[in-house]
Amino acid sequence: MSDRLSVLKTYKLYVGGKFPRSESGRVYEVTDHKGKWLANAPQSSRKDARDAVVAARKAFGAWSGATAYNRGQVLYRVAEMLEGRKSQFVHEVADAEGVSKSKAAVVVEATIDRWVWYAGWTDKIAQVIGGANPVAGPYFNLSSPEPTGVVAVLAPQESSFLGLVSVLAPVIATGNTAVVVASEKSPLPALSLGEVLATSDVPGGTVNILSGRTAEIATPLAAHQDVNAIDLAGADEALAKELEIAAADNLKRVLRPQPVDDWTATPGLDRMTAFLETKTVWHPTGSLGASGSSY
Amino acid sequence: MSNEKRSSAFEYAPAPESRSIVDIAPSYGLFIDGEFTEAADGKVFKTVSPSTEEVLSEVAQAGAEDVDRAVKAARRAFEKWSALPGSERAKYLFRIARIIQERSRELAVLETLDNGKPIKEARDADLPLVAAHFFYYAGWADKLDHAGFGPDPRPLGVAGQVIPWNFPLLMLAWKIAPALATGNTVVLKPAETTPLSALFFADICRQAGLPKGVVNILPGYGDTGAALVAHPDVDKVAFTGSTAVGKEIARTVAGTRKKVTLELGGKGANIVFDDAPIDQAVEGIVNGIFFNQGQVCCAGSRLLVQESVHDELLESLKRRLSTLRLGDPLDKNTDIGAINSEEQLARITSLVERGEAEGAERWSAACELPSSGYWFAPTLFTNVTQAHTVARDEIFGPVLSVLTFRTPDEAVAKANNTPYGLSAGIWTEKGSRILAVANRLRAGVVWSNTFNKFDPTSPFGGYKESGFGREGGRHGLEAYLDV
Amino acid sequence: MPTNAHIAAHSLSDVAASDSTLRRFLHGLPGVDAVGLEARAAALGTRSIKTTAKAYAIDLAISMVDLTTLEGADTPGKVRALGAKAVRPDPTDRTTPSTAAVCVYPDMVAVAKEAVAGSGVKVASVATAFPAGRAALSVKLADVRDAVAAGADEVDMVIDRGAFLAGNYMKVYEEIAAVRDVCGTDARLKVIFETGELSTYDNIRRASWLGMLAGADFIKTSTGKVAVNATPANTLLMLEAVRDFRAQTGIQIGVKPAGGIRTSKDAIKFLVLVNETVGEGWLDPYWFRFGASSLLNDLLMQRQKLATGRYSGPDYVTVD
Repeated sequence: MSDRLSVLKTYKLYVGGKFPRSESGRVYEVTDHKGKWLANAPQSSRKDARDAVVAARKAFGAWSGATAYNRGQVLYRVAEMLEGRKSQFVHEVADAEGVSKSKAAVVVEATIDRWVWYAGWTDKIAQVIGGANPVAGPYFNLSSPEPTGVVAVLAPQESSFLGLVSVLAPVIATGNTAVVVASEKSPLPALSLGEVLATSDVPGGTVNILSGRTAEIATPLAAHQDVNAIDLAGADEALAKELEIAAADNLKRVLRPQPVDDWTATPGLDRMTAFLETKTVWHPTGSLGASGSSY
Repeated sequence: MSNEKRSSAFEYAPAPESRSIVDIAPSYGLFIDGEFTEAADGKVFKTVSPSTEEVLSEVAQAGAEDVDRAVKAARRAFEKWSALPGSERAKYLFRIARIIQERSRELAVLETLDNGKPIKEARDADLPLVAAHFFYYAGWADKLDHAGFGPDPRPLGVAGQVIPWNFPLLMLAWKIAPALATGNTVVLKPAETTPLSALFFADICRQAGLPKGVVNILPGYGDTGAALVAHPDVDKVAFTGSTAVGKEIARTVAGTRKKVTLELGGKGANIVFDDAPIDQAVEGIVNGIFFNQGQVCCAGSRLLVQESVHDELLESLKRRLSTLRLGDPLDKNTDIGAINSEEQLARITSLVERGEAEGAERWSAACELPSSGYWFAPTLFTNVTQAHTVARDEIFGPVLSVLTFRTPDEAVAKANNTPYGLSAGIWTEKGSRILAVANRLRAGVVWSNTFNKFDPTSPFGGYKESGFGREGGRHGLEAYLDV
Repeated sequence: MPTNAHIAAHSLSDVAASDSTLRRFLHGLPGVDAVGLEARAAALGTRSIKTTAKAYAIDLAISMVDLTTLEGADTPGKVRALGAKAVRPDPTDRTTPSTAAVCVYPDMVAVAKEAVAGSGVKVASVATAFPAGRAALSVKLADVRDAVAAGADEVDMVIDRGAFLAGNYMKVYEEIAAVRDVCGTDARLKVIFETGELSTYDNIRRASWLGMLAGADFIKTSTGKVAVNATPANTLLMLEAVRDFRAQTGIQIGVKPAGGIRTSKDAIKFLVLVNETVGEGWLDPYWFRFGASSLLNDLLMQRQKLATGRYSGPDYVTVD
């Protein structure tokens, strides 16, 4: 091993395509599973949460309005970037989750594959869950899924990277924008993901990543009137209930925490459909006109 | 020419639908486990005809103990009902659909008496849609493997369902048909002002031979609904009603396993561009806000009209409103019936007064209101801005707020500028504009060059504070399946 | 009687200045959504017209009939019988109103005129190479001149549908205007569009305005000789056109659905359309007509039913 003193990385939030520190100036100590110091992570405040929502709302029009093909291209680009930074993530996941480098590599590879899986869904989900409705009348009637808007995502606490991507990718693949609350204990892979997103053509604000105390950040997000939905994956039972109650104020779509034994299992559509609205558009058809002459 | 002109108005003679087709008993019990029964505490309430204030019947009022009894009955019935082959459940639903068709005239008259809606709407809209809804979901019962939710999707269990008074039987159909098709059992609470058609439906279940406990009907007020929603053995909550109550329900079920669908309020924008098919737009505006006296969650209660055609459109609209026939709901020529309750009338009246106080200009069609019952003349407000209460609050009555816009962008911005997101209308002959505007509207149902069209195959439900989940179509199955 | 052409030309004077202004005007009229139009017509068709309202409507409908015979086999005897029927539709009940007019081919006008003389029943004559209208303008005008000279009170002309569908609106306009001139102040002009051949509702609205601008006193759906004649929807659309035209110019134009209206129930539905679209101003034979033949007997049977409480039968009305 070289005796060169390494350059440490300052981890920052990812908000609106930029890398700010917490406006509160606070950081908290992130350690590995044995308690060894890894880094200081920003400890986000409610104002950081507010800024992230503003950024996500601002980004929503362009991201939801992009073609599904374009979103797929951008998300696939993310997978390419992840592949290039695999060793960094293996390192961070091993530290965060206390697993061997080889086990961490399996997790990171599964994560990248997960991202590719969702990248491919962008231009297919509407065909699978939308469609024409055969109404009893002279009308054309089509139901299509649309993103619900700004989604607050509480990333799973344990699975710091695969779990994170498994909850984030479906949210943005479907055209929503996200405010992610990283795993409280293991936020570093999430913060590094922000760096990947920033270099992958993902428009700024589409994904915003906050680290800190989950309850502190999630509470204002759950109550925020300009947040349309919340994924409670990273909340414990008591917090989840409290947040669901707060979310009722503007009738956010709430995805309750569900036990996940194995994040590597192939997901279904649930995490996408949870954040999709169905819009049904009607238009008269009618006849082409009366028939002609019969002399 | 004047000497050749004969002048005489074409006055339509009264054409009342016969009331004798429906036999309303002086009192009704709760329908639990296949039997009509009194409330545990013996409470009853009266249901009146809103067009005459006549008491139609006295109905048992379910309390918490009755809710528990009904949920237990539904739970007991669930085991067998959910284990039936889908094809058998389908046949029960087909039977129900047919019996509804056979008894549709009776049910239409009943609905008109209890709700106050014009018989022509009960006859031509509510009842055909009710039967169609049961037919549609009947066919799903044995095809759930193919509904796109994976193989063998399972029912949730006991569904607690709370429905409103605006389309009593249709809302019952929207709730019960998909629930039964997917193998759930139900406890349904009809609204306190319109319990009768649900109680008649209990009789239809009896005629269809539906197993006991599969459908339970609990008339009552809000506290009955609250007890049902909160009952720990309810697996699924489905509610149609106000946004305020919807929020309360969302709080109640927080932290539980209960799956929830909410169909709540709206403040639908009906956008008329200068190239609209103008005569059809006028009809669509009228249908959009005066159908069912405007007591429709997806009503087009905000008319957004392009400034360049505002005057012309308003003139046509006022002329058309002057032809609306308000009066006896049982008269087959009545266009506008009674407001459902004194309470609702008071709410409409107070919001309209507020509109006037805030400086919006009120115009009401000249029509004589009957001396008894609850009535409100078709009304529109001009000079309305987004800031006016009548442009923001759901009035749930025959009151249209007229706003203007200059460009399509502005139309979309104003249409979306509301916490609600249930319905919207677009009127233009330009196809690309329809599609572009429809894309940008944040609403669950967009009617272009038409309004207030419903079909069992077509998913219905809102964005934002208009609720979540969809009823109708393949989408409507999801709410009742463990997927 | 006002000469509509002159007033219309005054208030919408620039519209027919050239082929292109005319085209731009007609294509600038609001579009028609077929489903919405038909739904409105159908909804008005569900009105329930009972007792006194029905009696009123039946008498009004009888008084609005243009009792028509337009057969190759028409003879003076047939036309005389028709005239007698028009004057006294129900010989057993003298309170029955006369029809508005009889409608015949130009060569039968003189016979018809004599048959209805002194009764107030008008004689209408189809003209302009009815029903196809495929003849030179000079021939059409000669046809009209003959009818008017023979005493026709009303002329029912057909437009050149070929020219209309080819987009030669000015040709159609000028032809109507020329016929209008020949009619002068002696005869009211009904302009038949043959809506079944125009096919689309947008075309029917354009044709309605074209006809009104060119000087029609009445706009009329059809000849009765094609597959699709008067329908509630196309009549509703034409009623909307006359309503809008009056709002814009102050000039009132009549409407005549023709062909396919055979029962009292149908006729009453049309009267409901009139009542709720243009109002009582048009509920008068001067402004609304039915072009029909078999309709009259059904109206008479219904009238007898209302009077006696018994259902009538075809042996109790006259066959002419």
